[in-house]
Amino acid sequence: MKSGLTFFLSGLVLAAMPLALAQTDALRLPKTVEAGSAFSIQTSGSGTAVLYIVGPGQVVQRKVQLGETTSFAAGDLHNAGHYLAVLVGGSSTENDAFDVTAAHQPVTLSFLAKPSRLSVDLHDGISGVVYVFDAFQNLVLVPTPVSFQLSGVASAVQMRTALTRNGVAWTKMNSAPKEGSTQFVARVGDAVSTRVIQQVPGNPCHLRMSVRPAGERLAVETEPVRDCSGNALPDGTIVTFTETYNGGESTIDVPLKRGIARADMPAHSGARVSVATGVFIGNEIRLGKGR
Amino acid sequence: MTKPLFIICSLFAAIIALGSDHPTVRVAPTRSVGPRPLEKQTETGVTRDYLQAWRSMSDAFEQNRADLLDPDFIGTAKEKLADTIREQAKLGIRTRYRDSAHDIQLVFYSPEGLSIQLVDTVEYNVEVMDHDKAQSAQHVRARYVAVLTPTEIRWKVRVFQAEPE
Repeated sequence: MKSGLTFFLSGLVLAAMPLALAQTDALRLPKTVEAGSAFSIQTSGSGTAVLYIVGPGQVVQRKVQLGETTSFAAGDLHNAGHYLAVLVGGSSTENDAFDVTAAHQPVTLSFLAKPSRLSVDLHDGISGVVYVFDAFQNLVLVPTPVSFQLSGVASAVQMRTALTRNGVAWTKMNSAPKEGSTQFVARVGDAVSTRVIQQVPGNPCHLRMSVRPAGERLAVETEPVRDCSGNALPDGTIVTFTETYNGGESTIDVPLKRGIARADMPAHSGARVSVATGVFIGNEIRLGKGR
Repeated sequence: MTKPLFIICSLFAAIIALGSDHPTVRVAPTRSVGPRPLEKQTETGVTRDYLQAWRSMSDAFEQNRADLLDPDFIGTAKEKLADTIREQAKLGIRTRYRDSAHDIQLVFYSPEGLSIQLVDTVEYNVEVMDHDKAQSAQHVRARYVAVLTPTEIRWKVRVFQAEPE
């Protein structure tokens, strides 16, 4: 409340200042400055004054000699934004404003690729978003082409180019039909950012088993379990064998080992044996009455 | 005759400004924000948190307290604003940013939902105090670009940058 009152009163004091002062040409400055570059501000008059450069991104205070040029070295003002220049000398105050824009040279990319792991052969399954920054972490707002490239060992290279809008560009890519890791690269000039995406087999598309007698038991075994693109499902994937007989049922869950699931089950005459993994159901075998 | 009238007008404007703490806000209808559809609830939340970030920034710069930025800013935006506040404190300067109007448009929502970008034509007053002495008060109209990212309970501003209109 107290500070609000202070500002309120100070606002009144400032309002009472001669309006003409704010309209003189005592402060000459560029309308835009590229972030990190050198620039200068020209003042007129005589004597000394204090120059404030004020913005949310930076604040600078300089004692200046009126009538001379005040120089700012490269790097002095490096955060992009809208700045006020206030020149206070004696009883007069001069105001003006200018913009600091991001440097045109992109240096860093904030590259978000999702997901990091997905199934093979998914249309537009991979997304990439790039925010383009200059050396001072300013968002480069001028439209800039970004090239995206997705390349793996066993798949064709996919390339896209997108133009940034308000500093951001995005794309979508298809996952490859073959499993394996793939590199997702975003590039703007010399600025490069790479993400690795793991492509894993999709849902099973082929699940067949065979049954053979082994003494008083049955040996059940699947053929290599593959997805629709022919990729072997990873070891550890659970396969369920189910045997139903005379109102009874026995179930065995076994993990794939080298792409194949094997199990022993009790042999019941006339039983039905089925196989499934996840929600995918494979073939079913009915045992003969003799066995 | 002109000068007293100017003072009275300024006084009237200041009283109105003091009496109304909330800026006028216009959110442009969202047509397309890129690869991900934007739900109304998300739009409302983002706008609410962005406007709150302006209030936090105003308080932080007025009191030279960088910690007031914590709830609403993150990453580069927070670091840059905090650096400015530290520099202000070192120089004995305080600034007050009082936003009076926002014209917001959400322009990009990333496909995975992890960032949202808006542009805001904002009008605000800036007052500069040097060792509690008023130095300047200016009305500003600028176009800001902000990128917000979701955190546990709210959207936080990660990029906050004005650009020439």
